[in-house]
Amino acid sequence: MTLMLNLSAQDWFDLFLHFSMLSLLGIGGAITTAPEMHRYLVDEKQWLTEASFSSSIALAQSAPGPNVLFVALMGWNVGLNAGGGLSAGPHAWRLGLLGVLVTMVGIMLPSSILTYKATQWAHKNRNLRSVRAFKTGMAPIVIGLLVSTGWLLSVAHQDFSQDWKLWLVTAVATLLMMKTKIHLLWLVAFGGILGAAGLL
Amino acid sequence: MVIEESELRQPQSKTELFIVFTLLALQGVGGVLVIVQHELVERRKWLTQAQFVEEWSVAQVMPGPNVVNLCLMLGGKYFGLAGAMAALCGLLCGPLLLVLSLAILFGGVSDSPVAQGALKGMGAVSAGLIIATGLKLSTTLPQNSMGLWQSIAFAALAFTAVGILRIPLIWVLLCLGSLAYFLAYRAIDSTPQLAPNSKESP
Repeated sequence: MTLMLNLSAQDWFDLFLHFSMLSLLGIGGAITTAPEMHRYLVDEKQWLTEASFSSSIALAQSAPGPNVLFVALMGWNVGLNAGGGLSAGPHAWRLGLLGVLVTMVGIMLPSSILTYKATQWAHKNRNLRSVRAFKTGMAPIVIGLLVSTGWLLSVAHQDFSQDWKLWLVTAVATLLMMKTKIHLLWLVAFGGILGAAGLL
Repeated sequence: MVIEESELRQPQSKTELFIVFTLLALQGVGGVLVIVQHELVERRKWLTQAQFVEEWSVAQVMPGPNVVNLCLMLGGKYFGLAGAMAALCGLLCGPLLLVLSLAILFGGVSDSPVAQGALKGMGAVSAGLIIATGLKLSTTLPQNSMGLWQSIAFAALAFTAVGILRIPLIWVLLCLGSLAYFLAYRAIDSTPQLAPNSKESP
């Protein structure tokens, strides 16, 4: 569904500012700020429909590449809406690309500058006791966090009588990755085929 | 598989960085971290497992997408700002084109039962791959200067806080992180200055 929007230069600038602010708040990834993006884009400004908001996230997560690309898809959809929809021709496509540029530069630039500067500093001072203590102390914590990310993805399926097959797939994938050298893409593809065939 | 620091290789040019990160990004379905660890540590041997954990802990704590942070850090380490940009472009450009094409071609298809089923299956597999990556990285815990039991305790606490109690990440990092920093700071005191990975425990 296409919303008919008329965005001014000021609107584009606001969009950019909003995403640059979220950039610095997104510790643990841009996805942690998705609820705030929803409030801004869908509820407050009504630049995106509920459906295109959630399909932007779903598509970016199922496609290869960093999940942050969901932000690019949101920008793309806002731009398309501003240009009258995908079928409206080159003008809408250009606005779509403008949307990608505005949202992606916004979400990436501030955090990237900060990370780059901070890590250059940390690399120069890597023998400082404080820098070593930081890395030493954080290492076990981020390992625990990583396992919990996988865990949270699994327990999203709560009904054990129905979802035991998904749990089984997760457990088998864990074991195969630990114990064999099967390429990861084969594992993912196999899961996709099982799911598409309606077996899960 | 344990890789010694002496066996490490490194990228020869910014072009190589760009290509490697493009390939990584295009293989990373459901999150790129798993494939980044697999390729950079186990296949290309740019980093040891322990170095990877160290870099990852910084990438995780800084704001911004953590895989993006990791690639900025690695690119920067080898070739400075230009290297960071090359790695970042590799990570983003290919997948961006791909995801936009998918949005144009299949915008409406993603609601079909087949596509939903496939997503569910792929999601279940990627959950397993992420857990396996975490477990593999946990083989570095015995080398941690805080000692094995303290490291295991912090990993378990972080898992419980986020995975079971669902406490927001920022609080977990602040509270557990500062406690771990304090203990690590004290532990490092008694280990030699230039051997951060030595096996002595306090």
